[in-house]
Amino acid sequence: MNTTGRYGEYGGQYVPETVMNAVHELEAAYARYKDDPVFQAELAAYYRDYAGRPSMLYFAEKMTNDLGGAKIYIKREDLNHTGSHKINNVLGQILLAKRMGKQRIIAETGAGQHGVATATAAALFGMECEVYMGAEDVERQSLNVYRMQLLGAKVTPVHSGTATLKDAINEAMRDWATNIENTYYLIGSVMGPHPYPQMVRDFQKIIGEEAKRQLMEREGKLPDAVCACVGGGSNAMGMFYDFIPDASVRLLGAEAAGEGAETARTAATLTKGRAGIFHGMKSIFLQDEEGQIAPVYSLSAGLDYPGIGPEHARLAQTGRGEYYAVTDEEAVCAFEYLSRMEGIIPAIESAHAVALARKIAPTMRKDQTMIICLSGRGDKDVYQVARYRGVLLNEQD
Amino acid sequence: MNRIDAKFATLREQGRKALIPFITAGDAGLDTTEKLVEQLEASGADLIELGIPFSDPIAEGPVIQEASVRALQNGTKLVEVFALVKRLREKTQVPLLMMLYLNSIFGFGTELFFELCAESGVDGVIVPDMPYEEKGEIQGVADQYGIHSISLVAPTSHDRIAMIAGDAAGFLYCVSSTGVTGTRSSFQTDFSAFFGSIKQHTKVPCAVGFGISGPEQAKQMAAYCNGVIVGSAVVKLVAQYGRECIEPVGAFISSLRVALDEAN
Repeated sequence: MNTTGRYGEYGGQYVPETVMNAVHELEAAYARYKDDPVFQAELAAYYRDYAGRPSMLYFAEKMTNDLGGAKIYIKREDLNHTGSHKINNVLGQILLAKRMGKQRIIAETGAGQHGVATATAAALFGMECEVYMGAEDVERQSLNVYRMQLLGAKVTPVHSGTATLKDAINEAMRDWATNIENTYYLIGSVMGPHPYPQMVRDFQKIIGEEAKRQLMEREGKLPDAVCACVGGGSNAMGMFYDFIPDASVRLLGAEAAGEGAETARTAATLTKGRAGIFHGMKSIFLQDEEGQIAPVYSLSAGLDYPGIGPEHARLAQTGRGEYYAVTDEEAVCAFEYLSRMEGIIPAIESAHAVALARKIAPTMRKDQTMIICLSGRGDKDVYQVARYRGVLLNEQD
Repeated sequence: MNRIDAKFATLREQGRKALIPFITAGDAGLDTTEKLVEQLEASGADLIELGIPFSDPIAEGPVIQEASVRALQNGTKLVEVFALVKRLREKTQVPLLMMLYLNSIFGFGTELFFELCAESGVDGVIVPDMPYEEKGEIQGVADQYGIHSISLVAPTSHDRIAMIAGDAAGFLYCVSSTGVTGTRSSFQTDFSAFFGSIKQHTKVPCAVGFGISGPEQAKQMAAYCNGVIVGSAVVKLVAQYGRECIEPVGAFISSLRVALDEAN
């Protein structure tokens, strides 16, 4: 087996020959700049002055008392510019694209958070931007579609397949193969061919590094658990990575069970999937016995994906990471819970992590601590949650 | 000897170009696929590619994507395509290749897949999402069963051509242009430079594919290499005529055959 970009057996570079040289070019550019002090200083300045980093670590006292177990801290990635952790990765990759001389940026988006972050950075750097989005997601995330358009991006709805995130990635890959000379494909999660899983993780690992330092200042110790939602898995990988060597820290991932991991209407990849090769990587995928990728479902557009990043597949395989499936209903309850308990409306994706924390924290001791990665804010999800609860808002028709 | 090698040896002796049509297995039903294969050969096809429908065909343009959707809606299963190949092998020795995505091999079970290829009479596979560096995924097992894994080169391959072409078996699939499958009215690629570089390194015949829409283009492209692959233009006829496609597809293939023979 080729060992480039592997996490155990997972990872690799399974892309058409047409894009192989572009993948190698990106690999070389990333290797050159990842430890370059000028590049890192420029990125740090954008993180601080533009994105608003470091993001706060907030002690959720009411939630802690309510759950009666571990002390809960919340890493507020929702307070970043553009409203989620996605900006961390986008700023890193767009600085790289600029150095590579690319003028056109393409991206896929599920919930629209990565699309909005990409459109934002493209506006900032004066680059042409096209975002592929499943037609189904265009429908359920219309607010983010309009935000991207406001920022000057072209949003292209994708009608093929299940018209969700995986189909948006398919179409972005086709565009990339067609316009390979001038186009940079800005992948939004820790997935795809090497070097994307590693590069996106590296641009997101600041979440865990900051959280570790911030908790050390507050509590003088490591957390006992960190908890994040997992679709492709970028915010989770960003939160987990710095804690992997700290064996005492539990790494908790919440994947989307949709209507239930035992039903067909699910996106619980690690719970129900098996090894496959798709979207440039060997990883775990929901698929049938002949290797057809399964149509998946979650209320959350950002977690509605039939695969998972290869490093998560490895963490699950070795047992270093623990992954649990959270249903739509549990996520919506957690969405409402955090809103009322702490006055923080979480993204429906992040609400999956909150739901998992509500299950695990009460089983922990009061002298233990847990950090929840609140990857995004929930403004975009208000209409959809209202609809889920049978409340019709005027704006919705 | 693998039927692909035998066929190219015969073509070389005859001084003829290979005509390689592509159809999606199960498009308009597997019984139509069966009749089509026989018609393709009767109309002058030398090798035949059977596309295995996949849920997410990232290297395909709209025409073959839609064929994939139709075939899957018809309930096409890989195991049934193997059964079809077995039936065809009672009637024809035309080289048959499966064009499919890596997960249709890996997710199906690599060992079982190649065992069934050998047992049914499939001669080669073309896997568009498996680049040279990852071919170890199937190469050992494919070799063990005597099945050729066809390598692809693209206009963006540049310095990779030597490595890929030098190691190719059966024939080398030369992708005419960047992008996905589908007919093109014109090409941006500098073909004399592209094929000049390929010919320096390759030890096997070369066939060109992606975007070839009709006899005139086929004739022009054949001048650079040993054969042409025609996919979307054939699949369009299947889409248009459905189960009645046998005759129009036959006529189209005949017109390509005439054009290729004129090229000599």
